[in-house]
Amino acid sequence: MVQLLTPGGEVTDPARLPDPETQRRLYRLMRRARHFDERAWVLYRTGRMGVFPPYGGMEASQVGTAAALTHEDWLFPTYRDTGAALTYGLPIPQTIAYWRTSPHGWAMPENLKVLPFYIPIATQYPHAVGAALAEQRRGTQNVAMAFIGDGGSSEGDFHEALNFAGALNAPCVFILQNNGWAISVPTRAQTKATNLSRRADGYGIPGVRVDGNDVLATYVVTREAVERARRGEGPTLIETVTYRVKPHTVADDPSRYRTAEDTAGWDEKDPVVRLRTHLLAQGHLTEAEDAEIVREIEAEFEAALAEADAYPEPTPAEIVDHVFAEPTPALRRQRAELLAEEGQ
Amino acid sequence: MRTMTMVAAINDALALALERDPDVHIFGEDVGVMGGVFRATDGLQSRFGTDRVFDTPLAEAGIVGMGIGMGLAGLKPVAEIQFAGFLYPALDQVLSHLGRYRHRTRSRYHLPMVVRAPYGGGVHTPEQHADSPEAILAHTPGVKVVIPSTPRDAKGLLLAAIEDPDPVFFFEAIKLYRSVKEEVPEGHYTIPLGQARIVTEGDDVTVICYGGMVEVAQKAAEAARAHGIGVEVIDLRTLVPLDTGTILASVQKTGRVIVVTEAPRTGGFHSEISATIAEEAIDFLRAPILRVTGFDAPYPPFTSIEDAYRPNPVRVAKAIRKVMAY
Repeated sequence: MVQLLTPGGEVTDPARLPDPETQRRLYRLMRRARHFDERAWVLYRTGRMGVFPPYGGMEASQVGTAAALTHEDWLFPTYRDTGAALTYGLPIPQTIAYWRTSPHGWAMPENLKVLPFYIPIATQYPHAVGAALAEQRRGTQNVAMAFIGDGGSSEGDFHEALNFAGALNAPCVFILQNNGWAISVPTRAQTKATNLSRRADGYGIPGVRVDGNDVLATYVVTREAVERARRGEGPTLIETVTYRVKPHTVADDPSRYRTAEDTAGWDEKDPVVRLRTHLLAQGHLTEAEDAEIVREIEAEFEAALAEADAYPEPTPAEIVDHVFAEPTPALRRQRAELLAEEGQ
Repeated sequence: MRTMTMVAAINDALALALERDPDVHIFGEDVGVMGGVFRATDGLQSRFGTDRVFDTPLAEAGIVGMGIGMGLAGLKPVAEIQFAGFLYPALDQVLSHLGRYRHRTRSRYHLPMVVRAPYGGGVHTPEQHADSPEAILAHTPGVKVVIPSTPRDAKGLLLAAIEDPDPVFFFEAIKLYRSVKEEVPEGHYTIPLGQARIVTEGDDVTVICYGGMVEVAQKAAEAARAHGIGVEVIDLRTLVPLDTGTILASVQKTGRVIVVTEAPRTGGFHSEISATIAEEAIDFLRAPILRVTGFDAPYPPFTSIEDAYRPNPVRVAKAIRKVMAY
């Protein structure tokens, strides 16, 4: 397993460390992702956010990977990957809107190649292969990145996608976040092959296992995979070994299926604390700078929340909009029905 | 004009699409070197290269899923599923994603994708090769469904399907691939989706059908004509969008309706047509709407009794007599 920082913040492989500027950037992105996760909980409890799948504790896995992309690259996130989408550049107001189930959260920005969070499991993996293949056919160096969990790696689409990507040499980076749990089912019950990175062997592509709570390691490993893909050397599967310290969603009660022993030790592996310890020790960050980063992040979020609050609510007639470029006669009739209902 | 089989007309349409638009890519099992199991893609790979026309691993969810990704990224994927009965592994991709992309992204993304698949019975294929799953697709929001019955229609509808900005399922009746020949215009033309074709005109009974059932309905109509009964045969050509205007105009004229498909009876698209007529034109009806269909059982892989499953002209003629006698 690749690791550059121990849980205590000690450097294990100085030669592979990214430069201090990049380290600070990754730290800031993790703090930003964490702030969203924490605020989402509070907003949910006060009725200002819908059901939300938290990713707190998995920031290194999501930020280190997505930070290796540019906006010319594709991102296919699952519902657990809000942190990755924010890191890639999905604006916070839109991200809030998505988790409020406002259409504004689905109308992705024109300048980004990101898809709304995937709800079905594993179906995004073949999509990434197709997008990557399209970039390859057009002669660009752009890549496609897709996320999945340990549970998702049991689905057929996961295996079909890895096989297609290998066979077609598609410029894909497959992130497999092994966070230990598929709702209530632990990885050991999911598969006998618990080293999930080895699944790559079956498809003749590189598989890398990385400490998913070490953002420097996830970033370096992902950047190498992205560069390989850009050079035309095909796909990589990256297993980020992390843990879902939070419930499946804000509506889930993990005490029904796991004990304190299951989760023991993971708080000490916290990715944000780990990098902060390292940055302070190396003098790459001061306490004052850290406080300033947090202040900026808080201000950014509150401004975004105000912007999201201003989005108008959709009307029932919008149900039948955007089905086809040109509505069918049936849809036109149904739209008239909805409008008539509204008028009553 | 050239005299062509339906499979040749489909091949011609695919070649034209590849020629006209560099975004068009054709892929699936055996479509490349071999040119498809029915030769629909014959010669295309050697003409357009392995980037444009390529074989995929044997995995239908992968084929459709990858096509979705290609479409999201702005290409025009034209996927072949070798038989409609082998579509089922890809249904997760179809039902979960294919028709939803424009809707879920409020038109930021759309999927100009075509999925072609041979369908239907009547040629004694092995088990699982003769299914008619079109109702599943027609019941899936955001997906168009096209089923041609002649070479000329197949070419024009396929070109329209490929040029359509939204996902289209294009089902090709295996029975008709080589059994029907007709004059097909050369070069590019399209037939708009959502326009039914009146195959034969008549004043007494309307028979609504599509794909492989059109020739069956025509034969029954000819037999009825010998008894002085005027049968209007309507070939829907597309199920989504549905040309209700042509259906209702005919029903208002004849007052008698038979819907013919080779799919299982319960919940088939024939039922949707029947319900539409009941809702919109019940005052014009002089007899119950009859459905002549397959049965609520899997298409039988038993050659000696297979022909009892698929509607034939005799069964349609019987239904014509029944509505005339009501």
